[in-house]
Amino acid sequence: MDVTQFLTIFISAVFIYNVILSRFLGLCSFIAISKETRPALAMSLAVMFVTTMSSIITWFIYRFLLIPYNLTYLRTISFILVIATFVQFVEMVIRKISPPLYRFFGIYLPLITVNCAVLGVAVLNSEMFFANNKAVAGSFFYSTFQGICVGLGYTLAMLLMSGIRERLELCNIPKAVKDFPLAFIIASIMSLSFMGFNGFKF
Amino acid sequence: MKKFINQFLKGIIRENPTFVLALGLCPTLAVSVSVINGIGMGIAATFVLLGSNVIIALIKNKIPERVRIPCYIVVIATFVTITELTMKAYSPALNRALGIYVPLIVVNCIVLGRAEAYASKASVVNSFFDGLGMGVGFTLALILISAIREFLGAGKILGFTPIKSFEPAFVLAMPSGALLLIGLLLGFFNLIKREK
Repeated sequence: MDVTQFLTIFISAVFIYNVILSRFLGLCSFIAISKETRPALAMSLAVMFVTTMSSIITWFIYRFLLIPYNLTYLRTISFILVIATFVQFVEMVIRKISPPLYRFFGIYLPLITVNCAVLGVAVLNSEMFFANNKAVAGSFFYSTFQGICVGLGYTLAMLLMSGIRERLELCNIPKAVKDFPLAFIIASIMSLSFMGFNGFKF
Repeated sequence: MKKFINQFLKGIIRENPTFVLALGLCPTLAVSVSVINGIGMGIAATFVLLGSNVIIALIKNKIPERVRIPCYIVVIATFVTITELTMKAYSPALNRALGIYVPLIVVNCIVLGRAEAYASKASVVNSFFDGLGMGVGFTLALILISAIREFLGAGKILGFTPIKSFEPAFVLAMPSGALLLIGLLLGFFNLIKREK
């Protein structure tokens, strides 16, 4: 476990392999909720929280349940169940403890269950930080950190996109590409610029 | 019989999951680098859709209303696991090429969307044809996108080079090319829909 590894995870998860712009995870929510900045921010924060927490939980499940009992083929089914349960649980807790926060997140929290980014980061962690069914040194910290970074990458793309789309409201756009198609074309240009990070060496 | 054919055909054109409903775009964009990958993904998703639609239509009366989504997810995840293991055993190269997008079929909006919107209300046979139609529609959309990307991005179709002197535009094989292409295709289909 060393600092450069963390730096590598940060740069690759946020910039080079950005969840949305390069891995195409969580694209549905990215296109659907990026019309205004405020909901976009709420969604991003919710996603960041869930990716982080689910990275932690799924690491424990993978390390202490699936590997010792030789059940790694149950990875998909157990991860998605745990994530779905966790999201439901968080929603209940937030509704009970803080109604304003609940209104802020609103409908976005349940949507996260089927957000590919969350399951994606859990699966990625189990592939990157486990070699031959054994956890590599520091894999828990790497997994958690990757969860945070994927959330950060999502937030970055979401905020950029919502900023651009707010400005576009005032523009005269051909009817055929209004909304979704245009959002994809903008995302394409953003992805092109993020490709510049590919040459990063340190 | 005509009804079943209708159920089947609506998924291909009128309610094409990719271009009309705009569902399940994540795997569409990620794996459409080559036609082979596109076909593999399409077949895998079709199998999952068929299986989950039929099973959910069978057990729809047994599932309590409040926990239906987790139940659907378990059914879907089971079929995804079957697909994953089969693919690993018989076609490891394809499994490597599709990577994490195979387990991610679980969260493909098309599958859960059809379970919730169709299979939970319809009969088993109807659900079967609906799943088949949606799966074939998804596969055809994947083939269209991946053919364009493979030809323009790498100058090949299914590994062959049809035009020798064609200089490929590499950007279409990159993520940004996929986003651009899907944006333009969605716009194009919008245009057609409006003309009608």
